[in-house]
Amino acid sequence: MDVVMLAQEAGAADPTAGLTAVGRGIVYGGAAIGPGIGIGLVVGNAITAMARQPEAAGMVRTTMFLGIAFTEALALFGFVLSFIISG
Amino acid sequence: MTELADHPAAAPPVEWEMATDMVRRSLPFTPAPVALGAVFHGVDGALSAGFGVVLVLANLVAAGALMVWGAKRSLGVLAGVAVGGFALRLAVLVLVVSLVKDLSWVELVPLGLTVVVAQVGLLWWETRHLSLSLAYPGLKPPLGRS
Repeated sequence: MDVVMLAQEAGAADPTAGLTAVGRGIVYGGAAIGPGIGIGLVVGNAITAMARQPEAAGMVRTTMFLGIAFTEALALFGFVLSFIISG
Repeated sequence: MTELADHPAAAPPVEWEMATDMVRRSLPFTPAPVALGAVFHGVDGALSAGFGVVLVLANLVAAGALMVWGAKRSLGVLAGVAVGGFALRLAVLVLVVSLVKDLSWVELVPLGLTVVVAQVGLLWWETRHLSLSLAYPGLKPPLGRS
């Protein structure tokens, strides 16, 4: 009962606090799915390429690093947006 | 020339070279986001933008260091470090920003914009300085060297 009263008081203070938290979770979770898949693809294909052509490992690792960092920028979009939403 | 070691991922530390090169190239441009932050959000905006640049550079250097460490060991470790490192670095970023976001000098909008623009801008700028050849798999050689 006390918990319910406390929750009601908190809700009265900021009725959108819970929805903001849900929104942040959806934004960040959604923004992490794409880069997760993308980085998996980048790394998987880079490993295959290095296994097939070891003498080109340096070039492959260079493009892999770039690919990972560019893909990571998408996750950073969601990360930044989720914090901006929270204000 | 790179000699093949005992596993296929052996190569010069190209990721570390790229990351440190990005840090070196970004230093002259660092005042730009700080100045923009100052114009739109005052001193707090400037501090937040500067902190954003530091976060991005630290993230790139950490990524480079982790991948070089993994590549010295094996393809499997490199793959694990590349994918796991992404999750780890994002978790650290979230933790750091969560810790500082309520401080008085932190403005989230300039901080966030700086993080995104600096990450994409630095990478795009770095692509202009890559050789991607067998002799020079990472950065272009200095002038005067073939």
